Amino acid sequence: MSALPPYATTGQRVWYYAFRVICALIFLFLIIPILVIIPLSFNAEDFFTFTPEMLSFDPAGYSLKHYRDFFTNPDWTGALYNSVRIAPVATLLSVGFGTLAAIGLAQSHVPFRATIMAILISPMIVPLIISAAGMYFFYSRIGLQGTYWGVVLAHAALGIPFVIITVTATMVGFDRSLTRAAANLGAGPIRTFFKVQMPLILPGVVSGGLFAFITSFDEVVVVLFVGSASQKTLPWQMFTGLREQISPTILAVATILVIVSIGLLTTVEILRRRSERLRGMSPG
Amino acid sequence: MSDTTQTGPVLAADGTPLKRSLQRALRREKLRALLLIAPLLIFVLVTFIAPIADMLFRSVENDIVADTLPKTVVALKSWDFHSGEAPGEAVFAALAADLQVAVEAKTHTRLGSRLNYEKTGISSLFRKSGRKVKKWDLASDAPFREKFIKIDKDWGDVDVWRVIQTYSGKYTNGYFLNAIDMEKGPNGPQWRDESQQIYLMLLKRTMFLSITITLSCLLLGYPVAWLLSNIPMRTSNLLMILVLLPFWTSLLVRTSAWKVLLQQQGVINDVLVWVGLVADDNRLVMINNQFGTIIAMTHILLPFMILPLFSVMRTIPPTYLRAAKSLGATNWTAFWRVYFPQSIPGIGAGSILVFILSIGYYITPELVGGTTGVFISNRIAYHISSSLNWGLGAALGSILLLLVLVLYWLYDRIVGIDNVKLG
Repeated sequence: MSALPPYATTGQRVWYYAFRVICALIFLFLIIPILVIIPLSFNAEDFFTFTPEMLSFDPAGYSLKHYRDFFTNPDWTGALYNSVRIAPVATLLSVGFGTLAAIGLAQSHVPFRATIMAILISPMIVPLIISAAGMYFFYSRIGLQGTYWGVVLAHAALGIPFVIITVTATMVGFDRSLTRAAANLGAGPIRTFFKVQMPLILPGVVSGGLFAFITSFDEVVVVLFVGSASQKTLPWQMFTGLREQISPTILAVATILVIVSIGLLTTVEILRRRSERLRGMSPG
Repeated sequence: MSDTTQTGPVLAADGTPLKRSLQRALRREKLRALLLIAPLLIFVLVTFIAPIADMLFRSVENDIVADTLPKTVVALKSWDFHSGEAPGEAVFAALAADLQVAVEAKTHTRLGSRLNYEKTGISSLFRKSGRKVKKWDLASDAPFREKFIKIDKDWGDVDVWRVIQTYSGKYTNGYFLNAIDMEKGPNGPQWRDESQQIYLMLLKRTMFLSITITLSCLLLGYPVAWLLSNIPMRTSNLLMILVLLPFWTSLLVRTSAWKVLLQQQGVINDVLVWVGLVADDNRLVMINNQFGTIIAMTHILLPFMILPLFSVMRTIPPTYLRAAKSLGATNWTAFWRVYFPQSIPGIGAGSILVFILSIGYYITPELVGGTTGVFISNRIAYHISSSLNWGLGAALGSILLLLVLVLYWLYDRIVGIDNVKLG
């Protein structure tokens, strides 16, 4: 399929191009919904569709008013503040515990490895609504429901599988003779960890952290149940916005979030390639 | 060479037998690994596993009747509803005593709304009786049977007493029966009235929508994964961005995009009207129904299908197809007999992943599904936050959890949970 040979029949030619057109359409299906909201967020009217002014590229049809609303409306700024306050702390918790555990899991003799792994991965598998329901019941028993720490702990639990998976993947290619060499040269376990192991698994840790961050930053189901109004995060505000008083400010927020995700995607890709290069694999 | 090494066991440098020394080292290594894992394991057990266990517990827990009406429950033990008559004075006297305590603690309304899930009308019966019973004097106002029936003739109804008796145990399977449209009848479990049956229908719909979404993801994902794994690395890396960007974009961003696109005054309808395919007064209804849920969720879950398919297809050597063709196979035979069977692990992995994810979806169906496009998870959320029938919500959640765990087990068998890759 890589290239059409010169002796291809007409039917083959038709199929070759038809297949590419089909694939192009699927790619468009994937990307258009995300791209279409970007110009719409500059709409000067409170509509969710292109106005005639916008289509004729009249500058009067465009404005930044929805962005202004996002940065001045206390509903939105408060939500942004909460998101920024919750996600990094949850990320730190999952990365800290997760990295330690991933290093432990990479040892050669771990009893009950499969069971432990299943438990640690389970927050990713269990549907969010079930996690949210369970956490709502249990956290209200122990007085965490509706508190900042309740949300942080819940989000940290949801982020842990991602840290475990990415860090374990980096540990697979880790050359264990390096730590032995360090020990041989007189370094203690802690010094070995920070000087030898950490720099090599850092790309995995950082991309795991980014996954954990985006999990918490995007999460809405659990925060709806575990949080109270004073923990209203950005996704929560978007959710209520979409369900009740639908306002075009959502599109401005969405555009900002798309730009954030482009940044995260780029970082993760760069890290992945760097990690593969460090481990001597092909640069992918 | 000393004599000891030849006769006795092999010794390590410090003089202990090598075998024991090795064992000790191994034990220490195991302990160290466990010590590294322990903090996280405890963290996950407390913040995640305990809540799930709590939910499972709540789906069978039922101590409210026995706690609120302790004396009545004991007195009611000997009553047999087959007699066709309400219980005697002893039970009513116990009820009066229990209710006075309950009204004091304001727990009788909670009990009323709990029993109301099983038989409508009990909630108001308890509230009404509570107000009256408060003023009675237990010592002088006997007998109570007539007085209760005077407050509300429902107290003479055998069915009310049967419900109280049925639910007087500490645990019940009643929530689970409710979750599959059954109830506890006089002669064991029985189906609910046709008009009250919704959960099996909802479960079937959840299954149907999840299967449809999985199939459409497969249909759209397969060609794309094939293209990505059969073009030069540089181009496929570029095209991969188009798959990964939606994957990394916030779920709510994508849901709001579909809401914008699919509305009656939205972009797609505008384009169709402009092209002339659809009349302006006859715009398509594409949102708040099953179509909206299917299309938006297919878009959201498509990357989860493409990525596993791609990682399997990348390992299939293209020479096999060429060999099949040079041996005389047509394009279709070569694909169907040679390529497709090798891509089945990817199909299995992707399909189970998409199915697991879609079966428990809440946000997107809630926003674009209307009333016909919602899943069982929306009902769980409704019971927990609006109707406050937590037990039923927990029972529905337990059923959904069981379903997902079976699929998870399958996934583990086919793919192996260690092989999950991200990005």
